[in-house]
Amino acid sequence: MDKLNYKSYRIEAENICVDYHGKVALYDANLRLKAGQICGLVGMNGAGKTTFFNALTGFVNISKGKIRINGESLKIAQQDQAIAYVPQSEGIDCQFPVSVWDVVMMGRYGSMNILRSPRESDIQAVKDAIDRVDLMELSSIPIGNLSGGQRKRTFLARAIAQRASILLLDEPFAGVDIRTEKLISELFIQFKNEGKTILLSTHDMIHVREFCDLVLLINKTVVAYGETSEVFTPENITSTFGGMSPDVSFGPES
Amino acid sequence: MNLCFLSTNITSFVTDPLSHEFMRKALLMSSLVAAVCGFLSSYLTLKGWALMGDAVSHSVMPGVVVAYALGLPFSLGAFIFGVGSVALIGFVKQKSRVKEDTVIGLVFTGFFALGIVLVSKIKSNIDLHSILFGSPLGISLSDVKQTVFISLLVVMLLSVFRKDLILYCFDPRHAKTVGINVLFLHYLLLTCLSLAAVVGLQTVGIVLVVAMLITPGATAYLLTDRFDNMTIIAVISAIISSVFGIYLSFWFDLETGGSIVLVQTFIFLFAFLFAPRYGIFKFKKLFSNY
Ligand SMILES: Nc1ncnc2c1ncn2[C@@H]1O[C@H](COP(=O)(O)OP(=O)(O)OP(=O)(O)O)[C@@H](O)[C@H]1O
Ligand SMILES: [Mg+2]
Repeated sequence: MDKLNYKSYRIEAENICVDYHGKVALYDANLRLKAGQICGLVGMNGAGKTTFFNALTGFVNISKGKIRINGESLKIAQQDQAIAYVPQSEGIDCQFPVSVWDVVMMGRYGSMNILRSPRESDIQAVKDAIDRVDLMELSSIPIGNLSGGQRKRTFLARAIAQRASILLLDEPFAGVDIRTEKLISELFIQFKNEGKTILLSTHDMIHVREFCDLVLLINKTVVAYGETSEVFTPENITSTFGGMSPDVSFGPES
Repeated sequence: MNLCFLSTNITSFVTDPLSHEFMRKALLMSSLVAAVCGFLSSYLTLKGWALMGDAVSHSVMPGVVVAYALGLPFSLGAFIFGVGSVALIGFVKQKSRVKEDTVIGLVFTGFFALGIVLVSKIKSNIDLHSILFGSPLGISLSDVKQTVFISLLVVMLLSVFRKDLILYCFDPRHAKTVGINVLFLHYLLLTCLSLAAVVGLQTVGIVLVVAMLITPGATAYLLTDRFDNMTIIAVISAIISSVFGIYLSFWFDLETGGSIVLVQTFIFLFAFLFAPRYGIFKFKKLFSNY
């Protein structure tokens, strides 16, 4: 019974703490997400959003707390290709000599043989993914020659190709134009309907209201967490941003 | 008539050195070593491990000396100290607040100093000059065997784990998320680095071996946007450099290691100035896009 309950959560982070060389970046953070939920991760620069993702992908070790993915350890989740991660653009070398196709194919590596030679099914998955983000014409272009928005879509395609049930996206909307923004938010709705779990960080309050079921406000620790309609209040946002109210967020009330 | 004279001159410029056994061996071995180092250099330049390459190649010094003194294969001693330096760098970095580049500089100069002191203490037939500056013209048969073995090993490792290593250099976090053992790849690349430094130091010596490990990769990086092409260009430019460098040193009586590295540097300069896309004078119109 207990076990079953565990299983019903895709992501379960309990009191996790992360420090970089003794400097605390995140402490006592909790998060529980189920299938088909989209959760927005909101906080100011340096609040620990990327750090939260680092912990969930196992890229940094947590000094305290527990992370369970589908009720299992992180290691098993990684081997099961349960988690896909779309990095913040600052985190990657965009002059690296690889093409769009190469990058998207990297999404398949975890389920390939040791030489990573693609099977027919891998090629199909890559084609489908590139198609979904509308980059087919650019698939042989080196990523250094792409625009910021096209690069974002490339990494999104990699996550799609991986066919993970959990998507972690670090600022997927940063620096993209309206058309790409629309394409990406439509994809998120599709993912949700496919039963995927999505955690995305964003600085755009409109997006949170638009399609996030849940919102997690952080400032080194959780300031507020819950249903967007209940938690995403001006008071909470103000306290998340250290007393500053970002006025862009409260233009036209929906 | 004149032309005929010139052409025999050029032919003898190329063929004369080939009549010497030691030159043929030097050309072959240096090309092999250059190819291996060039292959690895495309990973190292993208990973940003130039300083690490410098560190490992200098740190092997005491290993070479000790191995010679004990009559062991020099590559064994070099490899142990190469890997040891890397482990020590990692350890000191983790346990102290000193920044990584400082730790790297500190560790490798320490090892290097130890090597020099050892040479002066162990009065054997160690030739300090050939360790520091290489001696491709005087490679012994056992050195040849070791070099061939290590070269094949490195090429095999880099080929089998090629795609994983590219991913590791490009986006280690993604590698981790899809369940690839990133720590293993890290040490694999470091092992290849140590091994390549071991074979490289024979041709150009400890002081300059880092050039073999980064210059071809850097040159290739200016010339292409494809990783595969980058590796091919790096290997070819490395081989051309070592062949040309050896010829130059033969005809003009120059230090061989220095000549090889100098040719590499000139090729880099040429790419730096005239690369179609990324050179200072962009000749985009003359060439196709990539
Ligand atoms: N690799 C690292 N080493 C040391 N400190 C780090 C490292 N990464 C992040 N930090 C620190 O941890 C804190 C949280 O950083 P993090 O990158 O998680 O913020 P963020 O919320 O993603 O910010 P942004 O909106 O700018 O992306 C910051 O104070 C940062 O300086
Ligand atoms: Mg961030």
